[in-house]
Amino acid sequence: MCTYQTEKLQVSGSAKGPKGWFSLSSATVYFDHPAHQPAEHSLNIDFLNLDAGAPSRVAVELDPASARELARTILETLETVGQG
Amino acid sequence: MTDSLRAETVRLTGHDDHEIEAYLAQPLDEGRFGAVVVIHHMPGYDEGMKEITRKFAAHGYLAICPNLYSREAPGASPDDASAIVRALGGVPDDRLVGDVHGCVRLVRSLASSNGRVATIGYCSGGRQSFLAACSLPLDAAVDCYGAFVVGTPPEGMPLKIGPIVHMAKDLSCPLLGLFGADDRFPSPQHVAELEEALKQAGKTYEFHSYEGAGHAFFSTDRPSYRPEAAKDGWQRIWEFFGRYLASRDG
Repeated sequence: MCTYQTEKLQVSGSAKGPKGWFSLSSATVYFDHPAHQPAEHSLNIDFLNLDAGAPSRVAVELDPASARELARTILETLETVGQG
Repeated sequence: MTDSLRAETVRLTGHDDHEIEAYLAQPLDEGRFGAVVVIHHMPGYDEGMKEITRKFAAHGYLAICPNLYSREAPGASPDDASAIVRALGGVPDDRLVGDVHGCVRLVRSLASSNGRVATIGYCSGGRQSFLAACSLPLDAAVDCYGAFVVGTPPEGMPLKIGPIVHMAKDLSCPLLGLFGADDRFPSPQHVAELEEALKQAGKTYEFHSYEGAGHAFFSTDRPSYRPEAAKDGWQRIWEFFGRYLASRDG
């Protein structure tokens, strides 16, 4: 727990949270303690709009293999459509 | 002794006269009690931290846990609040000290206070417990696996915290440190460096490191929970607080 390994990046896009769609301002990617996933560590991504407060968050907690597969699939998809 | 206690959400004046939320638990028996400020872990002001706060009251201490994320995410779920605060760089050190000071003022104002106050913190709160004890006059402090008292955070990390081992000379009270030997933050080397700084400063301290335990071995709702380490750790805490927070009335 608490590896403190955190990366923050600005992102442009939208996400759908508990109150509907919202514009994104940033994402944090960190390998740390999950809130829900039953593991000591997980690869966590928070999609956020920091100007809109705490409810403007979409969170995922992935096991490391799933996170790698997701990252690879995203890159392959973008390359396939010439956006890589 | 009735074993009765009351636990409730209260508002108090924290750093910069900002009103913050806190969870206060009090034994309802007659008498005057020492007090414990419970500094929550990085995942926030959650059910586990409130449970620990009630546990102190059940053992005869006034206990208060401030919601350190009150400002950024009032009313949010603990995990949402924690995510926002992580993205914004964490809790500034001066604000932490101000909020703990507000808790100390509140518990000392209670008729059932014996005037003695300790801090205990878990995870990021372990570092903050040490920070508070080096910044405020306290009677005891407990650091449960606090990272970056010693050591530099990973490069690029958005959390704006740095090492504070140089403050050891200002430690105002005895310190109990409880660590997991398998932890990386703090690592056994970090713990050894902190111990050396306390020794050099002539401070009273008591450290225990548990083999087979890593970070967050007290967290009963996480896979990191290590019952043997937690059981012994709680025993050390009761002995430590019994020694330093016991009622001035005897």
